[in-house]
Amino acid sequence: MDFEVIVQYFPRLLQGAITTIELVVVSGIIGSLLALPIGLARHSHRLWLKAIPYAYIFFFRGTPLLVQIFLVYYGIAQFESIRESSLWPYLREPYWCAIIAFSLNTAAYTAEILRGALGAVPRGEVEAAKSIGMRKVQLYKRIMLPRALGMIMPAYGNEVILMLKGSALASTITLLDLTGMARTIIARTYTPIEIFLAAGVIYLLMSMVIIQLFRILEQRSNRHMEVAR
Amino acid sequence: MFDLRGFGDQLLQGAAITIELAMASLVVGLILGTLAATARLSDNKVAQKIATLYSNVIRGIPELLTVLIIYFGTANLLMAIARQFGYDEYIEIGPFTAGVIALGLTFGAYASEVLRGAIIAIPKGQREAGLSIGMSPVKIFFRIILPQVWKLALPGLGNLFLVLLKDTALVSVVGLHDIMMKTREAVSYSKEPFLFYSAAAFLYLSLTIVSMIFIHYMEKRTNRWGGRA
Repeated sequence: MDFEVIVQYFPRLLQGAITTIELVVVSGIIGSLLALPIGLARHSHRLWLKAIPYAYIFFFRGTPLLVQIFLVYYGIAQFESIRESSLWPYLREPYWCAIIAFSLNTAAYTAEILRGALGAVPRGEVEAAKSIGMRKVQLYKRIMLPRALGMIMPAYGNEVILMLKGSALASTITLLDLTGMARTIIARTYTPIEIFLAAGVIYLLMSMVIIQLFRILEQRSNRHMEVAR
Repeated sequence: MFDLRGFGDQLLQGAAITIELAMASLVVGLILGTLAATARLSDNKVAQKIATLYSNVIRGIPELLTVLIIYFGTANLLMAIARQFGYDEYIEIGPFTAGVIALGLTFGAYASEVLRGAIIAIPKGQREAGLSIGMSPVKIFFRIILPQVWKLALPGLGNLFLVLLKDTALVSVVGLHDIMMKTREAVSYSKEPFLFYSAAAFLYLSLTIVSMIFIHYMEKRTNRWGGRA
């Protein structure tokens, strides 16, 4: 083991870690915004409303993230109409392709988590809301969603960690995230064990921070439960 | 029907490699998972610590990084050990072996949590009953604990297998000729990335669906004596 290499290249690794965090945060925000309508539609009883979200979720949960990234990064470029569109300067960039793929992917997982939580809201609470004359919109805004959000926190924390780990795949489309940076350094120094282990430790630290963060969030979003008890 | 510009056969060959890799990793992972779960529930403090560390570290770093570390790191490690014994030849482990080790380690880490939960869920009285009629601890494990663990852990392990199946795609990064690699070859020849990555997605979806049906069948079979454990 050669620790000097780790010390020498540590700033570069941290630089990669910042890209990783950026990818996770940006696609996490876009993904959860997408997940809200998808999850709500998936929870519906109407077949025509839940069919498309069902297919969407099934596709993104049933195929490897790597395939999805390649479909966006290499696949879309096959069509001339896209190469000539005004979006091409963005769709050409590996950074935005990674963001698109990660957002669509996490939206599917998050929507499924949300659907589960919406289904788990106690029947009595829904009936109570209906009996005092709440309309559908009110019911969802005041009862269903706040209750569901409190319930999804542990599962969503897991999803964010899965996203953090999935973001390593950005390195396969030439992005210099933490894994990509590690691979670049190794190509120069040929010290795979040292650099990969250092990258692994940084990933572990990031996971630990996420776990702590969600523990706090979970306590905050379930504050009202403590009073009731 | 599955011609794809003459690349259909190649893709199916890749699918066979993907299935082989998934099955081999499953076997390794189940063994590791059982060992780790047993270690965590044992009275030996050192074994507990090692198993916990294993599970937490592997679950906290990206699967891609695990694959890279095993592929590039193990050969170096083996060579370093071999050099101590006066063996100076170049040692290399193939992508398939590296994939089985890396995915097996990953599956084992998650499976140990599922199995641990299942073992804890078995009432303590059953163990005591076994002891009181003079069964040895090994016999209790095989006759009483294991058959029920299987039943309780099957849904969780089934989900993990679906994750494992998708993770096999990562091993193409170190050069395994699985579905992903075959697809990449077809793309570089035909210049039709969207078509071929869609075909790859379709193949993975089919594998997922077949696995889901199989897991469902197994769950039905293990529950044929009715009720929950």
